[in-house]
This record gives sequence, structure tokens and C-alpha cells, in this order.
Amino acid sequence: MKRRAFIKNTAATSSLLTFGGLSLTSFDSVDSIKKLTILHTNDTHSHIDPFPADDPRNPNQAGAARRATVIDKIRKEEDNVLLLDAGDIFQGTPYFNYYGGELEFKIMSMMQYDLATLGNHDFDNGIDGFYSQLPHAKFDFVSANYDFKNTILDGIVKPYKTFKKAGLKIGVFGLGVELEGLVDKKLYKETVYNNPVDITKDIVRQLKEVEKCDLIICLSHLGFKYKSEPNKICDVLLAQQTKDIDLIIGGHTHTFLDKPVIEKNTDGKDVLINQVGCYGINLGRIDFYFSKDEKYADQTKNIVI
Amino acid sequence: MRVKVKKINAFSAYFVILLTFISLVSCKSKSYYNYEVIGSKININEKNDTDAKIEKFIAPYRTHITKDLDSVLAYCPETLEKSNGKWETNIGSFLANITSNLANPIFEKRTDKSIDICLLNHGGIRSIIPKGNVTTRTAYNVMPFENSVIVVGLSGLKIKELADYFIKERKPHPLHGLKICVNKNLEITKLEINNEPIDNSRIYYVATSDYLANGGDNMTFFVESQEKYDLDYKIRNLLIDYFNKVDTLEMYSEKILIEDN
Repeated sequence: MKRRAFIKNTAATSSLLTFGGLSLTSFDSVDSIKKLTILHTNDTHSHIDPFPADDPRNPNQAGAARRATVIDKIRKEEDNVLLLDAGDIFQGTPYFNYYGGELEFKIMSMMQYDLATLGNHDFDNGIDGFYSQLPHAKFDFVSANYDFKNTILDGIVKPYKTFKKAGLKIGVFGLGVELEGLVDKKLYKETVYNNPVDITKDIVRQLKEVEKCDLIICLSHLGFKYKSEPNKICDVLLAQQTKDIDLIIGGHTHTFLDKPVIEKNTDGKDVLINQVGCYGINLGRIDFYFSKDEKYADQTKNIVI
Repeated sequence: MRVKVKKINAFSAYFVILLTFISLVSCKSKSYYNYEVIGSKININEKNDTDAKIEKFIAPYRTHITKDLDSVLAYCPETLEKSNGKWETNIGSFLANITSNLANPIFEKRTDKSIDICLLNHGGIRSIIPKGNVTTRTAYNVMPFENSVIVVGLSGLKIKELADYFIKERKPHPLHGLKICVNKNLEITKLEINNEPIDNSRIYYVATSDYLANGGDNMTFFVESQEKYDLDYKIRNLLIDYFNKVDTLEMYSEKILIEDN
């Protein structure tokens, strides 16, 4: 990247000196290639310590302090990194029962998470329990389909957030699973669940047309897919029934995908869905390459998975 | 000469405008095209180094929890498990009895009523209680969920539905306070609470978990009740309180299903 920055600066200087010719080339070719690295987790469920070596299911897997090393290494190699979480940060080990999520949020802040959405278990100490831990989180939460208007989270959890990385604008919005029947009402209180597909259509229009985002990511806690309930809204159906989403980062169903899944949206374009199991056993990584070269304007993107 | 200079100025002015226009077209209106995506998954395991700063941050919390979880609270004289009986198990009787015993004073204080029955679910017992020392960790292992005690008012008729459910399920759900007498075909011949036959019109108070009170495990007989008292008492905390209270766990063997001869 240093080399690219150098070329860009040189080109800009020469164009100032000589007007035509060079100035036009400075907008194209080499220096306009941008790389964005998305790192993500889901359903970490308070699994701060690694699984012990004698664990029957996941021996020696996971561990927050190990994940931090991996993330650090990637940050040293890449200039443009976004670190995201798709919910259910809380509940699963005594760390949560004893400290109510304080450690989870503090450790994620140390790893410099950029954004997360809420999972159903993030309500386990009530919406007030979640709210009281927020001062420990140096990152924001987004949710577009939970209406928090009549709750303590009103104005705190926004529908989406945009990021600028290397001249690219990235819009990330959140979606949560239906709470009724899953979480006790006394915990989520007046939180209203809205239809994820309807909400997504509105939010995506906003991100595309008003915010002019180059990339749209959905942080979803809807679940990957429900075999026994094929019509229940999930990431696969969301991808198929909407448009303009580039990537859905999923959670809730603890689905260990071998690799990201590709679905076609209503425009016939590819949507990537990824989910990396649970407990911090895996870290997902998706690299996006961008160019201003017109030759890519009508070309389908090349997805390597 | 003057005219010539003007001409040059006019020309450069024109050129600047043209250049601005070109830059506007070629730069401002032009967007980025995402032409390639590469997805991968990184497994986190013992081969990855531990971040020293985060490890240092976690250590004191871990030490505190471990010490707290593993300090001995009581002694268990025999292993309590959930697979040692057809209709009743020793861990089921134990849990239903102590839940009823510890929840009742709270319920009485708040409502002036008493708990008649306690029903929990077999699936909710997540571990055995081994013979030997009992710690806070034991309570976490048996009851990792955040379920709390709810007392539900049910009519005698609904208690009959509860008994039907118990027989139909053929699972030793933890139950205390109800006697179900059946004939050879497992048809109910008599139901007793507090050694008295049940009264269809009377309201009985059943201690259960919030999960079951909302119809979990198909316990639909709880759902419609208009009388539900949330004690805001987590079952795990109730267990920990009990372990703290006694030196040796009391053993219960309550016969629920009685077959007529």
C-alpha cells in the first residue's frame, strides 16, 4: 500500500504541474485498486477461555486472547479492516453469570471491534442489563428491525452505521431474530420486532441511494436456514428476497459453514452469506477488491471461496 | 503582443474549464466496482499465540471465578442422577423437593398462599450430582440455564391434564406433591395432593420454571393460567443457597406413580 500511496502522490503532483495527460491517468489503473478486509465472529457466548485439551467436542479450540493475536497480525498486513460481530456475545460461561458481560465487551474493545448486532441472548440480563454494560463497549450496536423507541435503548442502538475506508463507503445494518417465544417479555420489554425483509428493503435503499455506499453488509442474527420450517425468515431467504446486499454475516443457528454460501438476490446478483459456528472457534475473513476501471462495470464479480 | 497574451489566457482558461469538466466526469461520478471477493475461515486453536495484554486482563477474573466455583459448600452422600428410574429419579425428587421447600417461604410471604406441587422438566437437568463434595460449580453444571421459579395457579381440572401429560410423556420429570394412582392400563384412578383427593374447582399452586410456565416441553396446561407469580429466583441460585444452608444434602425418594393392585 505504501507504494500505491507514493504513486498516487506523484501522479497528483505531476498533474498539478502539467495539467492534461497525466492527470487523467491518475484516476485510473493501479492506484484505484482498493482492498477491504472484513473479519467477523458470531455467537461467541462468553467463551473467553479456550476449551480445555480434554473437552470431548472442541479440544483446544477458541480463546479470546488467541483470536486477538490473529486479528493483530491481519491488521499489520492490511490497511482497511472492519471487525464485526453478529450477536449472542452474552451467556455460556460463568464469566457472564459473574460479571454480566463486562469482560466480553472490554475484551472486544481491546480487539477493536467496529460494530455488532444484538442476539437473543444479549437480552438475558434484560434490556437494562445490556444497557448497563454498554459503557464497557467502545464499539456500537446496530439493529434495523428491533424498534427500541419505547425502551432504554432508544437512540442508542441505531439501524445502521457507515464507515469510510480508503475512499470506500461501507454501510452495515443489523437484523435480529423474533423475540416472542424465544426470550421472556420481561427481559426485552417494549422492544418491537419488525419484519426483516420489509425493513431491509427500506434500509438498503437508504444506504444505496442516500448514503451512496460502495458496499452493503447485513449483520444478521436471524439464523442461517431452518430445515423444519422452510418459510421461517433466515439469511438464505433474506438474500433471495431482497437486493443490493453484498454480504450477510449471520449467527444464531451456530452454523459451521465450510465456506461462504452464494445466493441470488431479486436482481439475479450474488449475495454472500457467511457464519462461523460459535464460541469464537473460528474467525471469518472476507476480502473485497474494488476498482474504478470501467471494464468491471457490467461484469459479474469473481467470488473465490 | 498584448493580444497574443490575452489569447493564451483565454486558451488556458478554456483548458482549465475543460479539465475540471473531465475530472468531474472521470472522478466524481465514477464509482468503485467490486470485482473480486475472497472468503476464508481461520480456526482459532492452540497453535495461535496468546495475546499477553488480554491474558493479563482476564487472569484476575478467572482466578476469582475458579476459587468461588470450586470452594466446597456441602457433601452429597450418594450420586444423584436422572436415569435411575422409570417414573421417579433420585435427582428429580431432590430438585422438586428443594425447589418447593426454598420457594415456598418467598411465595407465602408475598401472597399468603402455599405451594402445593412442584413440577420441573427432565431435560432441564444437565448433569449428575456425584457423591462427594458439592460446589457452586455443581449447581452450574446441573442448571446452566437462567430459568427462574414461577408459581402457577391451576384448577383441579388442569392438574388432571398435568397428570395425563406426565403419564403420556413416560419421562421421570421432577415432581413433588402429587400422587397419581393408575390401573394396569395406566388410566388414572385417583389423584391426591396433600393426602387428599383433588377438588376439580379448587386452585392449586404449582412451582415450576418460567420456561415451562410459558408452555416449554409442551406443558400446555400452564399456558392459559391467569395466575402466575414470578418469584425472580433463579433455580441455580436456589440450588446454591441450599448447598450453603446444609452440610449434607438431604436425599428424597418420592413415589409419584402408584399402580393399583
